[in-house]
Amino acid sequence: MSIAARFEIEFRRVIDRDGKLVAPLPPGFRDTDLIVRLYSAMTLTRAFDQTAVALQRQGRIGTYASSLGQEAVGVGVASAMRADDILLPSFRDHGAEFWRGVTLLESFLAWGGDERGNCIAGPREDFPPAIPIASHIPHAVGVAFAFKRRNEKRAAVCMFGDGATSKGDFYEAINAAGAWELPAVFIVTNNQWAISLPRARQTAAATLAQKAIAAGITGEQVDGNDVVAVHDAVARALERAHAGQGASLIEAVTYRLSDHTTADDASRYRGAEPVRAAWQEEPLVRLRRYLIDAGAWSKEDEKRLQAECASKVEEAVNAYLAVAPQPAEAIFDYHFATLPHDLARQRASLTPQDADHG
Amino acid sequence: MAERNMVGALNLALARAMAEDEYVMLLGEDIGVNGGVFRVTEGLSQRFGPLRVVDTPLAEGLIAGMSVGLAAQGLHPVAEIQFVAFAYPAIDQIANHAARLRTRTRGRLTCPMVLRTPFGGGVHAPEHHCESIEAMFAHIPGVRVVIPSSPAKAYGLLLSAIRDPDPVVFLEPTRLYRATREEVEDDGIGIPLDRCFVTREGRDLTFVTWGAMTREVAAAAEALAREGIQAEIVDVATLKPLDADTILASVEKTGRCVIVHEAPLTGGFGGEIAARIAERGMMSLLAPVERVAGYDTVMPLPRLERVYMPDERRILAAAHRTMG
Repeated sequence: MSIAARFEIEFRRVIDRDGKLVAPLPPGFRDTDLIVRLYSAMTLTRAFDQTAVALQRQGRIGTYASSLGQEAVGVGVASAMRADDILLPSFRDHGAEFWRGVTLLESFLAWGGDERGNCIAGPREDFPPAIPIASHIPHAVGVAFAFKRRNEKRAAVCMFGDGATSKGDFYEAINAAGAWELPAVFIVTNNQWAISLPRARQTAAATLAQKAIAAGITGEQVDGNDVVAVHDAVARALERAHAGQGASLIEAVTYRLSDHTTADDASRYRGAEPVRAAWQEEPLVRLRRYLIDAGAWSKEDEKRLQAECASKVEEAVNAYLAVAPQPAEAIFDYHFATLPHDLARQRASLTPQDADHG
Repeated sequence: MAERNMVGALNLALARAMAEDEYVMLLGEDIGVNGGVFRVTEGLSQRFGPLRVVDTPLAEGLIAGMSVGLAAQGLHPVAEIQFVAFAYPAIDQIANHAARLRTRTRGRLTCPMVLRTPFGGGVHAPEHHCESIEAMFAHIPGVRVVIPSSPAKAYGLLLSAIRDPDPVVFLEPTRLYRATREEVEDDGIGIPLDRCFVTREGRDLTFVTWGAMTREVAAAAEALAREGIQAEIVDVATLKPLDADTILASVEKTGRCVIVHEAPLTGGFGGEIAARIAERGMMSLLAPVERVAGYDTVMPLPRLERVYMPDERRILAAAHRTMG
């Protein structure tokens, strides 16, 4: 027998868990400004997560999915995008959304159960976070096809988790993106857990990135706790996409340090030891170490950043708590461009008691 | 003006819509050079090119899902699902995404897409090719459900569906694709998407039906006329949103109603219509509402298909029961 085809999956890491450079810094990182900005955004994301979990415990927002431990993925992805690329996030990607311009208030509103949180003022063409798993990945194919059709140098960037790679929608989408050489970048945040199912039982594949091979697109794995590596991998994938060189799948390997959501208790299905080990890999500490070693960060800087983040989050919480709910009739709004007669009749059946829903 | 069958009329509407709006595009399996398995898209790839008539990989969830992405980007995708039972993966996209994109973003993103598929039985097609699943779509808030019953209606309704700023599920009765021909003028005039049609006037009895069953119902109405019974026919055409007023006005006039559809009885859309009549037209009824529908069975394979399909005999029996 001869070999019909042969493949390899590369793994990218620039800064290791000890904050040491293990590969040359990519272009754009030669001075530390960008790294400081990434670190600040990741810190803000963590502050948001912490407060959001607390708000949920107080009954002030609904079920919440923390991105604790995954901050480097969202921030690394979004920071590599151009403003006119389009992000199609899933529900744990607020780090990416915030970098793109979604406000903390908008995110609190969305998690607080108010549709207006998805009517973001920032990146108007970005998609709202997808709640169902993987079914938003085909949307990225449509968006990327629209770019190709209009001959625009833009790309669709779609984010989802390791569980999503077991679904047909994922494969259908990356396959089509390959067949049409679309400007799309698919990011799988491999946080090792799909609620209670560990990565090892999700698939027998050695990596999730290698699923790209079946679709004929570029696949690579990055250290998802290394924001520089994530940013670099996505930047390279976007460069290919913008140049008409097709789609990519990037597996960012990280760890979900939180429960799946505030409605979950991870201690039912995973022991303390792997989580303790994962804390040694987490993305913020290594970056801080790197910056301190580079002489670009001090205790005072850290104190100031923490205070800034706390005050931004607090300000957003106060603004969120001050937002009055939509009127009862709002449930009928925006179903159709023009409210059909049959629906108008249902709206007219609302009583004053319906308005008293707060 | 030329006589056309429904396939020709649909083709004419697609060509018209594509010519008048460069953002209209078609996608589906084998719709390009092959012109679609029923030839609805024949010649369009040659005329508009492969970026506007897109042959997709064989993946129905993808077809519906990428339509959502295209539509959110301002294009007007018209997706074809090759056969009805392959539309089930598309229901996920319609219900979870297309139907709610506008409302969950409070109007920031919209989804002006059309999902077309042939449906219905009576054509001796293979298994999974002849179900009637309109009620599944009609139960989803935020989408329109449209079913043409003639070439001219297919032309006008499809044009309106494509021009509509919201998602439309457009179900084409396979049995009518080549059943009849009629004059279809390419005048670019759409038919409103929220109105039932009274296709025959009568004072004694109201038939409410849609799609291919309009043929059996028309034949039954002719037979009743020979007995001196004047039946009115309401072709629902747009199941969702439902124009209940037209149905209720007819039932108020006749006092009797027979609802006819191919889909299984339980949970069929006839139940919704019967409920509307019970809620708002009860006092005008002279007899209980009758439903003639498919049975709650799996759609039989072709050799027993005729047992399942409502026919003139069953429709007349129901009509006679309401007449007492």
